[in-house]
Amino acid sequence: MNAPQRSAGAAIEIRKASKRYGAFTALNDIDLHIRPGEFMTLLGPSGSGKTTTLNLIAGFTDISSGALEIGGKSVTGLPSHKRNIGVVFQHYALFPHMTVGKNVAYPLTLRGIKGEDRERRVKRALDMVKMTDFAHRYPNELSGGQQQRVALARALVFDPPLLLMDEPLGALDKKLREWLQLEIKRIHRELGTTFVYVTHDQEEALVLSDRIAVFNGGRIEQIGTGRELYDHPATLFVGRFIGESTVLRGPTETVDGNTVMTIGKDKVVAHGRLPGDARPVILLRPERTALKRPGADAVTGENRLSGTVEEAIYLGSGSKYEVRLTDGTTAVVRSPLGGADFRIGDPVDVTFTPADLTLLPDDASADVTLT
Amino acid sequence: MPSFPRVFLGLFCLLVAVLLLAPTLVVIPMSFNGNKSLAFPPVGFSWQWYANFFSNPDWTTSFTNSLIIALIVAVVATVVGTLAAFGVTRAAARTGGLLRALLITPMVVPGVVLAIGIYAVYLDAHLVGTVVGFVLAHTMLAIPFVLIAVQASLEVFDRRLETAASSLGAGRLTVFRTVTLPLILPGILSGALFAFITSFDEIIVALFITSPYLKTLPVQIYTSITRDADPTVAAVGTLLFIATSLIIVAGLLFGMRRGRT
Ligand SMILES: Nc1ncnc2c1ncn2[C@@H]1O[C@H](COP(=O)(O)OP(=O)(O)OP(=O)(O)O)[C@@H](O)[C@H]1O
Ligand SMILES: [Mg+2]
Repeated sequence: MNAPQRSAGAAIEIRKASKRYGAFTALNDIDLHIRPGEFMTLLGPSGSGKTTTLNLIAGFTDISSGALEIGGKSVTGLPSHKRNIGVVFQHYALFPHMTVGKNVAYPLTLRGIKGEDRERRVKRALDMVKMTDFAHRYPNELSGGQQQRVALARALVFDPPLLLMDEPLGALDKKLREWLQLEIKRIHRELGTTFVYVTHDQEEALVLSDRIAVFNGGRIEQIGTGRELYDHPATLFVGRFIGESTVLRGPTETVDGNTVMTIGKDKVVAHGRLPGDARPVILLRPERTALKRPGADAVTGENRLSGTVEEAIYLGSGSKYEVRLTDGTTAVVRSPLGGADFRIGDPVDVTFTPADLTLLPDDASADVTLT
Repeated sequence: MPSFPRVFLGLFCLLVAVLLLAPTLVVIPMSFNGNKSLAFPPVGFSWQWYANFFSNPDWTTSFTNSLIIALIVAVVATVVGTLAAFGVTRAAARTGGLLRALLITPMVVPGVVLAIGIYAVYLDAHLVGTVVGFVLAHTMLAIPFVLIAVQASLEVFDRRLETAASSLGAGRLTVFRTVTLPLILPGILSGALFAFITSFDEIIVALFITSPYLKTLPVQIYTSITRDADPTVAAVGTLLFIATSLIIVAGLLFGMRRGRT
């Protein structure tokens, strides 16, 4: 076997954790349970508290209040060097005065592993990230992607039950990112270690994760699989942060227990109503809406919003349209390959069934944070 | 063909170099003077002044004194100065700035003022003419040099490497020994060298706190040249010139080797 030994991943249990810097609250009462061997991604915009959470787990900062358990044991007060957690940083953090081989051997030396045993484990870790041929180079003789692979080997060589990564691919170009994402996924599969990964790139989160925790302003808005977050966002913020979306806002009334929203000259029906008296908004996904000629191909129960094609983009795998609705909102619609063709200026209907939309409470912060 | 400004610049650099080197280049021929005189150009050729330096106890003792004092100063000032540099760099910006200003005053205050102050205190404390007295005074003068050299390398040192080392299992002392120290070592070494030279070279304070029983080399040079025109001074100068040149070349080679990595 080429990779370090398969180790049982550690579970992480964070309960009501807060982190305050003076009067500023960076993390506000978060609850997060990560299962052994899970690939959990912390996703959110800049300043939302992702790094702070990772630093708490790694022991780089102290928790202000709340509980943190790793592998079933409370780690409050345990310094970072006693936590036995691998950490990969965005800035690589390789030791510039040591060769690649020495860098990877470093955590083993600290654990009293010597001689042939150490050599063998260093080689195994470097094999895993395909960097064996570079063992004698210094970090400044490597590209960014190579340095990050070495950093990954160094963080895994001592078989930690938990690996933390803070935007490890943030400084790399797109192609390299995509390739390394697959490498990281493969390594996670091979090792069974618990991975906690920080990113602000939702696509990266969807590619990598078993589950995603969406952060916003020091709170966790929702935790779930990519599919759950995409199909059933709990908040407008999550819906807008994951994937493309159109948000409809308008005066609403409740008719027969259903919500009816007026969009310009048209009305949209959504099943059920929101609890409480929050102002409702409707979230639409581009591929769960379709374009039809005005009035044509009517299906009972579907919603139709009339508008004009403002932009038509051919994507190879299909087309993407931007449609100006009668209330001035721009709706994004994706149609699969082989669908009817529409041109800029064409009058169209944007159609979708009540099952294709998501009814959510309005949240002003969702717009501000995203721009 | 090089343009006129380039030629002019080149000539100007040469002139400055000659000006800087001239005193040194005058000393070397004088050290081989055949006569007991410091007149330039020298007359004849002999090794006698070198022989005198190595055999006359006045010279050998003062040289050993200077060497011992400068070595102790280099060690003490480097340790204290390095710790101070950590404090200054890692304290809050305002406190750090204040501390730094305070710590480098010995560099700014005129030497004579310091010398008078030290002399006054030493008289009471019976430190005049003692090794401890010299070491204390010279350490004070040397600390600012160490502070500046080490602080410069601490400022470019990436503290995130310490975080990384800690996550890999290194306690604070191990982090310092295996990561911080090796990376700021060039700064510490140049600080130590500056400290050594500061002490070895020091004359103003030394003239005040010297005694007939404890003279350093600069004091011996000064007294010998004011008493009689002894060309041994030129021989000492030449030896020191060779020694410093060797140290600098070694330093450059060391720097080049590190620079590669
Ligand atoms: N040492 C500190 N002192 C004061 N405030 C801090 C400190 N560290 C972080 N913060 C604040 O805490 C908040 C959360 O920071 P954090 O680094 O966790 O964000 P992040 O989600 O990782 O963002 P990014 O994607 O930009 O890295 C930010 O508003 C930040 O300014
Ligand atoms: Mg961050």
